[in-house]
Amino acid sequence: MSTPYARLPAWADYGLIPLINLAVAFAVAGLVVLLVGENPFRAAIILVKGAFGSGQGIAYTLYYATNFIFTGLAVAVAFHCGLFNIGGEGQAYIAGLGIALVCLAFDQVLPWWLTFPLAILGASAAGALWALIPAWLQAKRGSHIVITTIMFNFIAASAMVYLLVDVLKPLGSQAPETRVFLEGAQLPKLGWILAEFGLRVRPSAPLNVSFLLALVMAFLVWALIWRTKLGYEIRTYGFSPKAARYAGISESRIIMVTMLISGALAGMMALNPIMGDQHKVSLDFVAGAGFVGIAVALMGRSHPAGIVPAAILFGMLYQGGAELAFEMPAISRDMIVIIQGLVILFAGALEHLFRHPVQTLFATVAPKSVGLAAGQERA
Amino acid sequence: MEALDIAANVLSSTIRLSVPLLLACLAGLYSERSGVFDIGLEGKMLAGAFAGAAAAAVTGSAWLGLSAAILVAVALALVHGFASITHRGNQIVSGVAINFVAAGATIILGQAWFHQGGRTPSLPGTARFGAITLPGAEAVRDVPVLGPIYSGILSGHSLLAYLAFLAVPFTWWVLYRTRFGLRLRAVGENPAAVDTAGISVTFLRYRAVVCTGILTGMAGCYMALSQNAGFVKDMTAGRGYIALAALIFAKWKPVPAMFACLLFGFLDALSIRLQGTPLPLVGRVPVQFMQALPYVLTVILLAGFIGKAIPPRAGGVPYVKER
Amino acid sequence: MDLSRVGFVAPPIPAESGADKGAGRLMAEAAIELIGIDKNFGPVRANRDINLAVERGTILGIVGENGAGKSTLMSILYGFYQADAGEIRVAGKPVAIRTPNDAIALGIGMVHQHFMLVENFSVLENIILGAEAGGLLKGSIARARAELARLEREYGLEVDPDALVEELPVGLQQRVEILKALYRGAEILILDEPTGVLTPAEADHLFRILAQLKQQGKTIVLITHKLREIMAITDNVAVMRQGTIVATRRTAETTMEELAELMVGRRVLLRVEKGEANPGAVKLSVRGLTVEDSRGVTMVDDVSFDVRAGEIVGIAGVAGNGQSELLEAIAGTRRAVSGSVTLDGGAIAVTGHADPGELRDRGLAHVPEDRHHVGLVLPFEENENSILGYHDKPAYLKGPLLDTGAILADAEDKIKKYDIRPPNPRLRTANFSGGNQQKIVLAREIEQDPAVLIVGQPTRGVDVGAIEFIHRRLIAMRDAGKAVLVVSVELDEIRSLSDRVLVMCGGRIAGERSPETSEGELGLLMAGVEQEAAE
Repeated sequence: MSTPYARLPAWADYGLIPLINLAVAFAVAGLVVLLVGENPFRAAIILVKGAFGSGQGIAYTLYYATNFIFTGLAVAVAFHCGLFNIGGEGQAYIAGLGIALVCLAFDQVLPWWLTFPLAILGASAAGALWALIPAWLQAKRGSHIVITTIMFNFIAASAMVYLLVDVLKPLGSQAPETRVFLEGAQLPKLGWILAEFGLRVRPSAPLNVSFLLALVMAFLVWALIWRTKLGYEIRTYGFSPKAARYAGISESRIIMVTMLISGALAGMMALNPIMGDQHKVSLDFVAGAGFVGIAVALMGRSHPAGIVPAAILFGMLYQGGAELAFEMPAISRDMIVIIQGLVILFAGALEHLFRHPVQTLFATVAPKSVGLAAGQERA
Repeated sequence: MEALDIAANVLSSTIRLSVPLLLACLAGLYSERSGVFDIGLEGKMLAGAFAGAAAAAVTGSAWLGLSAAILVAVALALVHGFASITHRGNQIVSGVAINFVAAGATIILGQAWFHQGGRTPSLPGTARFGAITLPGAEAVRDVPVLGPIYSGILSGHSLLAYLAFLAVPFTWWVLYRTRFGLRLRAVGENPAAVDTAGISVTFLRYRAVVCTGILTGMAGCYMALSQNAGFVKDMTAGRGYIALAALIFAKWKPVPAMFACLLFGFLDALSIRLQGTPLPLVGRVPVQFMQALPYVLTVILLAGFIGKAIPPRAGGVPYVKER
Repeated sequence: MDLSRVGFVAPPIPAESGADKGAGRLMAEAAIELIGIDKNFGPVRANRDINLAVERGTILGIVGENGAGKSTLMSILYGFYQADAGEIRVAGKPVAIRTPNDAIALGIGMVHQHFMLVENFSVLENIILGAEAGGLLKGSIARARAELARLEREYGLEVDPDALVEELPVGLQQRVEILKALYRGAEILILDEPTGVLTPAEADHLFRILAQLKQQGKTIVLITHKLREIMAITDNVAVMRQGTIVATRRTAETTMEELAELMVGRRVLLRVEKGEANPGAVKLSVRGLTVEDSRGVTMVDDVSFDVRAGEIVGIAGVAGNGQSELLEAIAGTRRAVSGSVTLDGGAIAVTGHADPGELRDRGLAHVPEDRHHVGLVLPFEENENSILGYHDKPAYLKGPLLDTGAILADAEDKIKKYDIRPPNPRLRTANFSGGNQQKIVLAREIEQDPAVLIVGQPTRGVDVGAIEFIHRRLIAMRDAGKAVLVVSVELDEIRSLSDRVLVMCGGRIAGERSPETSEGELGLLMAGVEQEAAE
């Protein structure tokens, strides 16, 4: 019975296992490519080339990755507390409202570097609020947070459609979206950094300062979870609610605080497309990024050091996928949705499928490395 | 008289719109009553719809379409079973994964095989499950009260619709009157009791998820082969989640499940009917409000403000033998 | 694995030298024989070379400490696990028991320690589950109803067939378990720690039923760690220690002392040396405390007592008589319905939102009963657990950040003081043994120098060596002038540690006695027969 406690060395836990999961997910996706009559290897080459083959490609890859870092961190923070926040999609969508209010109010009077902090506040407040209601229902009324956050995704979608169609749309316009923000609410692009490395990036490339914000948030989440008292409390509750109660950690407070943080992170995702690229709030701007966050968090094993690469990987899939759709008309970008599903399946639901054999292998080859020494001492 | 016609019309479409919800909801009931949570109803329905439409388009047979729909949905249900029963994975994560795989795969394969932007070719009447006129429906059409109810509301649905409503008493009977039902309910409450009684928890739960597969396949098939004449990308549009909401609303019981699905179907029918028309007293109700209502109601129910929904006790927890 | 054991078919011989005491005779009419059974869980050898025979129509007791391998052995017999090596014979024939189904077919029935019942099913539904007559329930239910009536007549096993199991008292739920086994035609009945949740009166009733079953020719295996039960009811007894059977005896030919010695392998100091108590001021005062469980059942009923500085007050009682809820209410982890508790003169908000963290600051330390789920976070590193509950003390913090250096140094210090092994504060807590885990909790709570220490089941699942260490620590706390409250279901432990003994029964304090009071008298109090026993 000691195998469940056998602990893999960090490099295997955070490196080898995700790689195996990923490889299997890609192998299955490759079968789908075969099924539609294309060459999976050629597809893979086009994909990687499209994502990393040019400055423009890299800029897009990192732009998408920005979204996924935010939503991946959102899911991960909740995971540490034993909560499954499946509502990142809705939280990010509602955050669009918070950003819209800030930007519409201030884009004429403030420069971007003043609007941006306000918009961060608006986005995180709106996202946090949308997460707070399910959190409150879980903490105080015992409603299952997975179900309520799913429901809140749909409610958010309906609410935003209503707001964009009936409230935020400028007079005389047909399109269900806000007016285009002025310069005071447009974030600077970061294409010039890539240009410094001699890469060619067009000014339209959407990579913007939100990417830096995402990296800062990744660091802050790491510090929060592993270095602060609050993070200690979150992890305690996540592993054992009873131990948390015993330790004097308030259950409802920790659930609500964690979900506020999670919702705020998901909400910040909205800054990237709205202020960094489209400069307006339009229908369905989240485009599934909230759900990609689940795959990213699972693959990154809820650790920021895993989440950032996982997000970049998915950014690569999104950007490369667009190129792929262009080169191979039989394959549209929806291929990524399959891969995303497969990653969630293999890295999440089927994590034991490969973990157990790998653990057994390590236990046989190098028992010390998995902490079995103590177990033998006991026996 | 016109009001009556509108009412009949709305009620008839209530039934039509309830059918996929009801099939999916009963599907979820089998799985969740056995202790396997399933938020992958949506994905299985979608995959079933696509497989049904694709097979019907290629073969021209509605029945082959139905078989394909069931086959594919069962296959996905088995994947869920493999992850959550055999490998004791997180059932919610597994369900989410299946939803994504289905959403992506239906579009990719649809585009690759039919080149119509993710649609399947429009199906001729012979390859669909068309409306069935109930015996005597024509004869009583002009009888007051009975006429509109029988011929206007109850008659004129597809075979699958009638099967869906027959599945309600059937499921009740299976659950409460058969050995399989007894064991199914037991394994969702206390799998250890089932195990020590000499019954395989694994096999029992697998059978439950296969039932889920069959019914979600039928749900998808109904959407593609009865409600519509083919598959359109993302055509389930969240109905799997509404079915899940209905299941919670019905507290995991078959007859209340039917009423919950009829209620949510009615809201849907009403929102289509009312689009843009102002109501007396409240004025114009935004269509989005009606669309969100099932979710809002479910949240309120979950919050315990109107009764309490207690899920099967062992739900969501993989079974591990204790030492 | 020792391959030479496979196919080893010599008559079962007790592992000890006392082979002459019954080996040959045991072969006579064996209902079950276990020959050379081995079972490993990873590196843990749960069962080693078990040889055992049970005579038909007798009651065999299997005794041993927690973790001696009793339950594993019976799970193998019931098809829950497969032995790695060895042979099982039922009525002389070698059999393969791969699933509980095989066991049931061979006439083996089991009453588990934790009942295997579906709580929201009726008694009848529970009884037919897995033994239905056909695909439809109608016939099965009718048959079961008739059969139940017969069993009721034959054995006096009364129970309402249509009652919901969750509404039955524990004793009746256990009866349903026995009926389940008999309904399946069990000839051999295994009971795993059946009296753990019963009052002495209920236990007596159970023993009468078992005696009757024996008379009807059934064979019974009783697993327990309570020697008194063994002496009271069994015909033969096998003693297990560390996965092996160390001796088998005729019950009539052995004594409790001999069995106890065999169980632990050496004479244990049942009593830790301790001097006279020197009680001082009242530190913890409980008045009229009433606590309900989540279903609204009153678990603690108007309880009042004091604990003074420099004394150990022990609370004895059969498990489930409100002791757990009492501790939790005092510690602030469960809300009380009414009553008051004062700590060093200041009130604890037991009926409101008591904050366990605040109580710690006020000098109340709590070693909870369940260290796996409450007292420790098993996936945490040892040093992380060594601050659980004290994680907001300034000593461990640098602003909002944890001071990892200070925490590690502190953990290493405690590891030395309490001889926690292995001495590695970075090791996952799950990888420590039960005794060392308990030491981690004790070190954490004691080293904060609390004025009041409350301890639930101080030595549950703890190896013998650590028991003595823990007892000494608790007495040292007392001698340092702290108020100590100990709850334990082990009467011996209570008598050995306490300066005053309170007996809980049905949620009430049934009486206060000195630790010198005889076990018999305390036992009667625990059973709720206070008036006659007292004065």
